Amino acid sequence: MITMTRETLFNLAMMAALILFPLWAWLADEPFMITLATKAVILALAGVGLNIALGLGGLVSLGHAAFFGIGGYAMGILASHAQNYTPLIETPFLIEGTKSMPVIWLVAVICSGLAALAIGALSLRTSGVYFIMITLAFGQMLFFFTISWPAYGGEDGLSIYVRNGFPGLNTLDPIQFYGICFALLALVLFFAARLARSPFGLALNAARQTAERVETVGISPYKLRLTAFVVSGMITGLAGALFADLNRFISPTMFSWQTSGEIMIFVIIGGVARLFGPVVGAVIFIALEHLLGGLSDYWHIYLGVLLLLIVLFARGGVIGTLTGREVAHD
Amino acid sequence: MSMILLAEQVLNGLQLGVMLFVMAAGLTLVFGVMGLINLAHGSLFMIGAFAAAAVAGATGSFLLALAAALAASAAVGALVEVVVIRRLYNRDHLDQVLATFALILIFSEGTRWLFGSFPLFLNIPPYLAGPVSLPGGIEYPMYRLTLIAVGLLIALGLFLLISRTRLGIQIRAGENDREMIAALGVDISRLYTIVFAIGAGLAGLAGALVGAIQSVQVGMGEPVLILAFVVIVIGGIGSIKGALIAALLVGLTDTLGGVLLPALFKQFMEASAATSVGSSLASMAIYILMAVVLIWRPTGLFGARG
Repeated sequence: MITMTRETLFNLAMMAALILFPLWAWLADEPFMITLATKAVILALAGVGLNIALGLGGLVSLGHAAFFGIGGYAMGILASHAQNYTPLIETPFLIEGTKSMPVIWLVAVICSGLAALAIGALSLRTSGVYFIMITLAFGQMLFFFTISWPAYGGEDGLSIYVRNGFPGLNTLDPIQFYGICFALLALVLFFAARLARSPFGLALNAARQTAERVETVGISPYKLRLTAFVVSGMITGLAGALFADLNRFISPTMFSWQTSGEIMIFVIIGGVARLFGPVVGAVIFIALEHLLGGLSDYWHIYLGVLLLLIVLFARGGVIGTLTGREVAHD
Repeated sequence: MSMILLAEQVLNGLQLGVMLFVMAAGLTLVFGVMGLINLAHGSLFMIGAFAAAAVAGATGSFLLALAAALAASAAVGALVEVVVIRRLYNRDHLDQVLATFALILIFSEGTRWLFGSFPLFLNIPPYLAGPVSLPGGIEYPMYRLTLIAVGLLIALGLFLLISRTRLGIQIRAGENDREMIAALGVDISRLYTIVFAIGAGLAGLAGALVGAIQSVQVGMGEPVLILAFVVIVIGGIGSIKGALIAALLVGLTDTLGGVLLPALFKQFMEASAATSVGSSLASMAIYILMAVVLIWRPTGLFGARG
């Protein structure tokens, strides 16, 4: 794109802020601020994942906590076996746990992708409000399963004592861990931007608007949507693994439906189907949590009111309101 | 396993089922008539329970508490419909989900702010306390038996309301063609407020009734809400009959699964492993039921719309 739209300028400013703010915090020796920024970047990544299903595919999934949780538990299970020196599986062949981030990411992405394939294949048989409720129900199914599954902490969750490692970096240093998360977010944003303009993305976008037309030219909307749902679940799963590594803790809360709702909030506050919508949304969410949470224990009331006002009156989210175009896609 | 234990579990399943029905009836009615998905239905359940606990604490009367629950949740429902929900009927489902999710945040934190984080208790009235002997030597709590009876009465009342009254005719007409009944002179926005308030009142009543056998606390509505979603998805969205059948199916599956699955696994596994595998599976049983129903019939058992 040669001409810079206001949205592109806004996105570049956002990227710059995501680099400058942690650098400032690092120089000013404010590790807590770096941790906040890391959290925002990881949640943004989860939102970018959801946005592929929600914004591009029009699939209102209220069950993305399932993939977030699977990513988190992939990290927790592998790392807990590694820290206890117990093998994950002994028969038919030996699988050991691991503390290596790239391996954990790979496992998290594969597992959440497989789960998204199964959940998506069933849920996408339906549409509209059924789809919303079914994805919600699948999320709850995994939530209750993790609560009643005692092997990895059950309801209490599971702590990992030392953050997992990345070759060549010291992940215990907040700014280095931030760098890893930011690099992944940038990579996934680049991928998402390319995806939206690819033949697949265009067909998916068309299927969201008029499924019949796509079907008439010989493309199956079901397959398009299922692919989008799987890709979306994989990215959210990766975010889950990073989030677990940030906290060094996993618990069934990661699977809770409030988590699904919050990921959806990031996307909406920022602006649905905007590339940077989830990034802006996650940053605002974390800022509100930090600022309002310090003022009042009941900050969720303000969040609720803000969300209600955005849904009722500012339909393009923050990016839509700031850059002037009300609807992201036409 | 003894037959008595099994019979008790069947009764527990029925009790859960009829309460889920009272909850789900409002949801499915609101969806059927207005095409609205309302996540805040669980908040109305919670408001009913809190209103009942507060009034019972002040007056000591259980019946007054139930009346307060019904009145408070119906009033809050009507208010929310006029202020917020009304603006959502012409929006897509995503906007509805988000706006009603925002309402949950507001209601939950508002209730926490008013009543604090500690659970309240709503006592079973003395005349309904204690067990009752059923034929076959089954001892069963009187209160739970009453819940089953009340739930079935509400179901009967709803069927009569929908099939025999003028309001019921308008509701059914509104499901089929809202422009037409508006053209025939029915005040459609008033009808919507009434339907929403009925649903809200039922949710609040269910909250108060169930609140007496569990603790009344913030967040109590959402697990029930999600079960009610499972119920209306299985039953077919918009169908009251489907909601009743699905609610009983879900209630029985959930209760019996918790007892029978661990027992089943004990046949071929060692006891502790069987308990853990069985109870894990039992906690997922209703969702598996839902998945099976949807593979078989994607719009639920009695659903017409997609």
